[in-house]
Amino acid sequence: MSSTAASAPAAASGASAPVAVPAAKSPKPGSLKRRRTLAQWGFIAPAVIFMLLFFGYPLVRNVVMSFQHYTPSTFFTGEAPFNGLDNWKNVFQDDLFGKALWQTILFTIGSLIGQFCIGLALAVFFNRRFPLNGVLRSLILLPWLVPMVVSGVVWRRILDQDTGVLNSFLGLFGAGDTPWLSSTGMALISVIMVNIWIGIPFNMVILYGGLQEVPKEMYEAASLDGASAWRQFRSITLPLLKPVITVVLVLGFMSTVKILDLVLALTDGGPADSTQTLGTLTYQNSFAQLDFGAGAVVGNILILISAVFAVFYLRANRNEGK
Amino acid sequence: MATTTPAVSARTPGSPAENRPKRRWGATIIGIVILCVMLFPLYWMVNTALQPESGLLEVSPVPHSLDFSGFSSAFKEQGSHLLTSLGVALGAVVICLAFSAPAAYGLAQFKLRGTKTVVFGTLITQMVPGIVIANALYSAYVDLGLVNSYAGLMLADASLGIPFAIVLMRSFMVAIPREVIEAAEVDGAGKFRTFVQVVLPMSRNSLITAGLFSFLYAWSDFMFALTLNTTDDVKPITLGIYQYIGAHVGDWGSVMSAAVLSAIPAAVLLVLSQKYIAAGITGGSVK
Repeated sequence: MSSTAASAPAAASGASAPVAVPAAKSPKPGSLKRRRTLAQWGFIAPAVIFMLLFFGYPLVRNVVMSFQHYTPSTFFTGEAPFNGLDNWKNVFQDDLFGKALWQTILFTIGSLIGQFCIGLALAVFFNRRFPLNGVLRSLILLPWLVPMVVSGVVWRRILDQDTGVLNSFLGLFGAGDTPWLSSTGMALISVIMVNIWIGIPFNMVILYGGLQEVPKEMYEAASLDGASAWRQFRSITLPLLKPVITVVLVLGFMSTVKILDLVLALTDGGPADSTQTLGTLTYQNSFAQLDFGAGAVVGNILILISAVFAVFYLRANRNEGK
Repeated sequence: MATTTPAVSARTPGSPAENRPKRRWGATIIGIVILCVMLFPLYWMVNTALQPESGLLEVSPVPHSLDFSGFSSAFKEQGSHLLTSLGVALGAVVICLAFSAPAAYGLAQFKLRGTKTVVFGTLITQMVPGIVIANALYSAYVDLGLVNSYAGLMLADASLGIPFAIVLMRSFMVAIPREVIEAAEVDGAGKFRTFVQVVLPMSRNSLITAGLFSFLYAWSDFMFALTLNTTDDVKPITLGIYQYIGAHVGDWGSVMSAAVLSAIPAAVLLVLSQKYIAAGITGGSVK
């Protein structure tokens, strides 16, 4: 290949057919085009094959697995007999499924509202010009970049009922005995709080990006007309930010609904399954109980829920492109 | 809040020069307070790490005397897992870029039937819950002998970055002028050489951003580390820490030291490459 580039005649004849210089002497137009197409697909095909293996195959396999009976011995014998709808029935009859579904809904809605509102407030704040704005803005990203398991472990220490710093701080005001992670009533709320903390930077950065696109003149005009800051926010910022808001919420939904790392690090799904979600339930079924069939059922439901929102995302993305 | 008054008063000459800097520094102070609140847990992680055996005691707000014993025991017990994480993450970056850069180029520049479907598929893959992939991948890995292997974990971790990298780099490569690519091809360079010698150097920034994010994804990965390994042979730091809290409930100093060590790459990357990270967060999602 390197020699053809050096020799002038080859370069000249290769002008129309850079792919195959020797074949360029008597090309059939059809085959030449096909070769060119093939060469072009050569760039794309490896990634497509990779994605088919690591996303497509698991999706299909998961559906098949949900109709199979898996036991720990399956992995030695390789035998996983089909058992119809047994897995599905078992999962739906188990009270834990309903509980996990409900907790997933609470977790997702609570996290999204908190992340979004605080993220938006911070984005609006950082949209003003002031010294050190850029530095502060990028340092706020740190919680989002630190591995989620690590954040979970750190918060587990902070939220410890007896020796955690949050309770000793609240103790200064005479209210320092909250069992953040150790009571069934508080654990889910605590996990939501931590997830809000993790999600704020992401929301902030994207919304900030959206705010940057809003023309400054619109605010100037509005304030000359005497519109209050709140009025400007409602009538200019929010409508113009709508496409970005959709994207942020849908992406936030996607990453929240399947949560696993954080819950395992904070509570392991406990106490008494009070922080069990569909993500952790899939994990528990498959990798703790080694019932991969049941895990696949919960996983498929998780996919169904995600798919509904994927439609929203793709529509939002399409509008964005226009 | 006060935006209406300054806009009006800015019309009168003289006043903005005295007024503005003061108000701006006020915002800076609020910004610093916000930052302190947001980063407090990370401060607490470092603070706890620097205090001796603090398991059953309350941690003091600042370390009175620096105690590095937590770090030395964390290093002793978690050092090899840090190396594993580093190796796996770097491997994942290489795999990720090797697959996604050519694909991004092809999807951005070639007029082929079916590329729209591929782009669509790339967006879809970002929505598949990881645990679902792990669920199916595990049984496939058992059949292929990839459980407890570096290669297996690298490939799985690369899958976290590939769709993102394709979307990000494609949105960048679309902007490369056709004439530049055609000129290279007229000069006799093949498609592959044009890609390596012209397209890749021009896309340097997006390559760095994509590589950076696939590194962070792989470094942060816990789920594949947890599910695709049944022995301790291949144990990244995330899994190490998770198991550490189970085994060392009393010794938070060591646990937090390990946590600090595992958070260092994120901090370093953030400081060294702020602009790439900001570009990655916005570019990968909105475009």
